[in-house]
Amino acid sequence: MKKILTSLALIGLVAVAAGAAGTRAIAAEEAHNVANPTHFPIDEPKEMDWSFTGPFGTYDKAQLQRGLKVYKEVCSACHSMNLVAFRTLSDLGYSDAQIKTLSAEYTIHDGPNDAGDMFDRPGKPSDHFPPPFANEEAAAASNGGAAPPDMSLLAKARGVERGFPQFVFDIFTQYDAGGPDYIHSLLTGYDQTPPAGMVIPEGTHYNPYFMSGVSLKMPKPLSDGQVTYDDGAPQTIDQYSRDVSAFLAWAAEPHMEDRKKTGFRVLVFLLLFGALVYLTKRKVWEGVAH
Amino acid sequence: MSEGHSTYTPKTGLGRWFDARMPLPRLVYDSFVAYPVPRNLNYAWTFGGILSIMLVAQILTGIVLAMHYTADTNLAFGSVEKIMRDVNSGWLLRYMHSNGASFFFVAVYIHIFRGLYYGSYKAPRELLWILGCIIYLLMMATGFMGYVLPWGQMSFWGATVITGFFSAIPLVGDWIQQLLLGGFAVDNPTLNRFFALHYLLPFMIAGVVVLHIWALHVVGQSNPTGIEVKSKTDTVAFTPYATIKDAFGMIVFLFFFAYFVFYLPNYLGHPDNYIVANPLKTPAHIVPEWYFLPFYAILRAITFNVGPINSKLGGVLCMFGAIVMLFLVPWLDTSKVRSAVYRPWYKLFFWLFVADAILLGWLGSQPAEGSYVFMAQMATLFYFAFFLIALPVLGLIETPRRLPNSITEAVLEKNKGGSGHPAGATAAPETKG
Repeated sequence: MKKILTSLALIGLVAVAAGAAGTRAIAAEEAHNVANPTHFPIDEPKEMDWSFTGPFGTYDKAQLQRGLKVYKEVCSACHSMNLVAFRTLSDLGYSDAQIKTLSAEYTIHDGPNDAGDMFDRPGKPSDHFPPPFANEEAAAASNGGAAPPDMSLLAKARGVERGFPQFVFDIFTQYDAGGPDYIHSLLTGYDQTPPAGMVIPEGTHYNPYFMSGVSLKMPKPLSDGQVTYDDGAPQTIDQYSRDVSAFLAWAAEPHMEDRKKTGFRVLVFLLLFGALVYLTKRKVWEGVAH
Repeated sequence: MSEGHSTYTPKTGLGRWFDARMPLPRLVYDSFVAYPVPRNLNYAWTFGGILSIMLVAQILTGIVLAMHYTADTNLAFGSVEKIMRDVNSGWLLRYMHSNGASFFFVAVYIHIFRGLYYGSYKAPRELLWILGCIIYLLMMATGFMGYVLPWGQMSFWGATVITGFFSAIPLVGDWIQQLLLGGFAVDNPTLNRFFALHYLLPFMIAGVVVLHIWALHVVGQSNPTGIEVKSKTDTVAFTPYATIKDAFGMIVFLFFFAYFVFYLPNYLGHPDNYIVANPLKTPAHIVPEWYFLPFYAILRAITFNVGPINSKLGGVLCMFGAIVMLFLVPWLDTSKVRSAVYRPWYKLFFWLFVADAILLGWLGSQPAEGSYVFMAQMATLFYFAFFLIALPVLGLIETPRRLPNSITEAVLEKNKGGSGHPAGATAAPETKG
């Protein structure tokens, strides 16, 4: 056993050394050009403190409600959320009556009816958030040629590669907020001056946190005081960004709390069961040298 | 096992009636109860059992997932999300299945490396080893096609890149690629045939697993010393000795599996696969699942032409060659000694090979540019050198350490100081971790 461990340690060392050498070589290749970077994002996402990370993480319902408000009043003008049904908003602490009222604020295009006509009707809890554009082409045409992505899974569909050795540590720290961290950093990353000499394409906006280039088509979406909170939370870009990122984390993974709770029980069970089986194994092998 | 007759004696009248007509209980008894296993097997030998339960778990979760999944390019992504959001415990089934594939490969890699370390592939176990290699190949095909089913960006582009390999084959390449795709590009026919095959292949794996276990039960298990079983004192009965040890190994393995399923279910996946497939938008880096990364690194390491072989065909040949190496191992290794325990030089090269495989895996996840390419070329060179130079040459020049005369002798030597008498003697302390 000791030998195996020593060997594993040796392998680890060799791999670390090789990895570090490689990373350094790549970093050296890049460092020479600040105005013309080749790897994105330029700045790594800031790691925030989220209520939903860690083995006992839970969503902060007040925060999700604020995030929903930001989505409804700001993001939903351009971004759809096709996979999320109104009925699931009960996770945010809303009552059935509140969800009914909330869904009725939306107009759903439905049909055909008995006469064969399409019609508009108020939303029901079983409906999903209606998209802001009729189709992807319309969304692209209204937004400078690039359709704004659907937001249902955004918090799981974004994430900056963590690199070696960080991705090893992430296993032990259970880092699962790559998406929310990225979204928060991006939303708070506008208004910075690009380095001298950097070319920002016409109609795009510089943001050092954007993961696929120096700038993106989406203009700065949030400003201080834009959304009114009624629970006394600060009405700042940073707070809005945190809240909407947390809301998107929920939208992407609505059963997270259930998952982590079940997981804890499963691990405790396996630990106890494993201990019993181990003791049984010792008993069975007692007296049999091996 | 080859020696000894069946000791099964049915206790009831019904049992005797059954045994005379179809001795299935006898088969089970002889295979999983009375079957003698070397007494010195360590925990590396529990991965066969672990792999069996992973296969069963994958088939069970997979069948239920298939009840909710729709193989249509317009509906597939949404049907998977429906499983994640609306199907009762659907998130659990899907995360168990996707992480189960990864842990299936974790287990199979440990199983394969164990075979390499202890020389389990040597005569008379060549066929056993080759059946294992076939299972591994089938697993790769199944894993790859399963990854295409959610119809995310990496599904689509991974399928495009991997089926593109086949077009590098001279003369018949394009024909094979079109047969795989059901057209000229990855589209609805591709998704449908991949779904059908993804459902079929696990049952073929199960079939080859039966052959693998059959072959195992004919030649018997190898063991850490690599010395064949010589007498009854060398072995213990499968039940309860191996069963309880396997059970403990399985629970420890399931603990790690559950840790990922419940706390890091997306850690081993790629964020881009939560974006619906878009044939018009290529992701910045197309990366296969982690368990293919070493082979992906080898594929991309070949950036140069060699005579009539261009870099693309060269890369594909090297990638498939890397797997072919495994099939040839029983004949590449010239050593008369099985276990690395008694082969100091082979042991060193074995661990270097493990490090090399991990390094290749990491390189496969990085963009193929700059110094990464050179590192991948060196690592590829070492990969092939291990099989084609180290294995044959070491066997001829290496002086092995002194081998014990029997498994029992090896065990007693190791347990010196404790009571090491075979079964029935007083308590011996646990020495193996």
